[in-house]
Amino acid sequence: MTGFAHEMRQNCRMLVIWALVIGGMIAVCMAMFPEMEAQSADLNEMFASMGVFTEAFGMDRLNIGEPMGFFGVEVGSVLGIGGAFFAAYLGIRMLSKEETEHTAEFLLTHPVSRFSVAAQKLAAVVACIVILNVACAACSIASFEMVDAAIDWEPFWLFCAAELLMQLEIACVCFALSAFIGRGSIGVGLGFAALLYFLNIVASLSDKVDWLRFVTPFAYADAASIVPNAALDETLVGLGVLYAVVALVIAVSVYARKDIAV
Amino acid sequence: MNDAVIEAVKLTKRYGKARGVTEVDLAVSRGDIFGFIGPNGAGKSTFIRTVLGLIKATSGEARVLGLECGPSRKEVLARVGYMPSEAQFYHGMRVADVIAYSARLRRRDCAAEAKRLCERLGLDAKRKVEDLSLGNRKKVSIVCAMQHKPDVYIFDEPTSGLDPLVQKEFFALLLERHDEGATVMLSSHVLSEVQRYCEHAAIIREGRIIASGTVDELSASAARHVRVRGVSGGFQPPSGSRSFALHDGDAAFLYQGDMHALVEWLAGVGFVDVMIEEPDIEEVFMHFYADGAADADNKARGGGAL
Repeated sequence: MTGFAHEMRQNCRMLVIWALVIGGMIAVCMAMFPEMEAQSADLNEMFASMGVFTEAFGMDRLNIGEPMGFFGVEVGSVLGIGGAFFAAYLGIRMLSKEETEHTAEFLLTHPVSRFSVAAQKLAAVVACIVILNVACAACSIASFEMVDAAIDWEPFWLFCAAELLMQLEIACVCFALSAFIGRGSIGVGLGFAALLYFLNIVASLSDKVDWLRFVTPFAYADAASIVPNAALDETLVGLGVLYAVVALVIAVSVYARKDIAV
Repeated sequence: MNDAVIEAVKLTKRYGKARGVTEVDLAVSRGDIFGFIGPNGAGKSTFIRTVLGLIKATSGEARVLGLECGPSRKEVLARVGYMPSEAQFYHGMRVADVIAYSARLRRRDCAAEAKRLCERLGLDAKRKVEDLSLGNRKKVSIVCAMQHKPDVYIFDEPTSGLDPLVQKEFFALLLERHDEGATVMLSSHVLSEVQRYCEHAAIIREGRIIASGTVDELSASAARHVRVRGVSGGFQPPSGSRSFALHDGDAAFLYQGDMHALVEWLAGVGFVDVMIEEPDIEEVFMHFYADGAADADNKARGGGAL
């Protein structure tokens, strides 16, 4: 576990910063709820008249005058985008940074197999994402308490689980990309996360591209599809797990064979 | 029984169409200090990285301690101490952290030896690695390569950036380990250190080994450095000469040919004094790298030396 512990130490500061920023934004968003609740009738009417954008952001299925509806729309966006970028950044750098920062020659001339290196780095990615999500869930719960709003626990935990799965899927795909890409990998990772987010919006806007829901993990992590029925789309979640597993197999097999740039 | 600790057989590495190393045959015997000589870009680091499994050979074989470097990479690296030419470490770590991390990756407790090495090299273990000069990064790399007392040491350009005192201490350490039975491969373009410390050497040019043998053999090759003092203005060197220079009546050239013919030629020219001596390894090296060295190349491949 030497490599795992090393990666956790290397990413500790970044993890704390992201947790504070996303957690803080969750708290700020939820702090606005009492004011929104008072104007909910007007806001719901306004959001309902936004045409296709009403559906794109799930405001036709969530009532922002209710705590869970507001949480889904506002916090869902913050946690969705912030968490996805964090996962993409972490995943895309994990293998490639050894080459871009010229530490690969140091690491890989020690008696460690490349499989072990990749496995321990992946474990660090998973641990960081889990810690971030635990911190965000704790901030969310504290924020509900702060505004004296009741949590509907089942959809809350399903939403948190979906966010975690989505971030793990993005991290795994970026981890695989990391085995191929050296320089410029961060841009690729963040761009990939942004693309997936917009694919979900596009899928919500038009039935003609409904198949995009099978591509982007934002589809199954969308609060508008989880909160109303307190359920996850098992097909989409299953596909997401499949994509992640395939990505990991590719990552390890490529990394084990590739020529290391030093 | 094959006593080669590092052995390459027709080892070739190509990067697409670009050359890496081509059909390198090399053997470093147990207990040897082996010099691997060549200028930047000749293929020294590519050869070493292929041997250590960082990059895959296009064809041919490489073995360390009798183990194939690809499938047995982990076993090989457990017994090798490697110092890269340009050491880079993880930002935010202190020297002591890097050295301890290296030991943990080897599942060894090397704290006592690491402390001893740091003291001998004058390395402050409390400093952050991003604040280190090239020389101090080299020292960290030396400690990481030596603290676990491996059987085989591979140093790639070890002394660049080190001040003379630390260079001296480094070679003292290297000779101590050699006396304890370790095998050393020293990649360098500093020819004086190869001549001083190495028993055998190979010269690599454009990815190919162009000469190999003992350092004495390479130096005492068929070529001779001839200095003729007090010659007249129309002086012309004999056939088989190269690197000819004439200054203030003193002529100097490398002669490669029949010594009787040289003596007969000298008898026919006027001069005050003559010196015929073995070239040092630097001259041998320059001989191989001089323009039009193809002829020497062919001879070397046939004869193994000049």
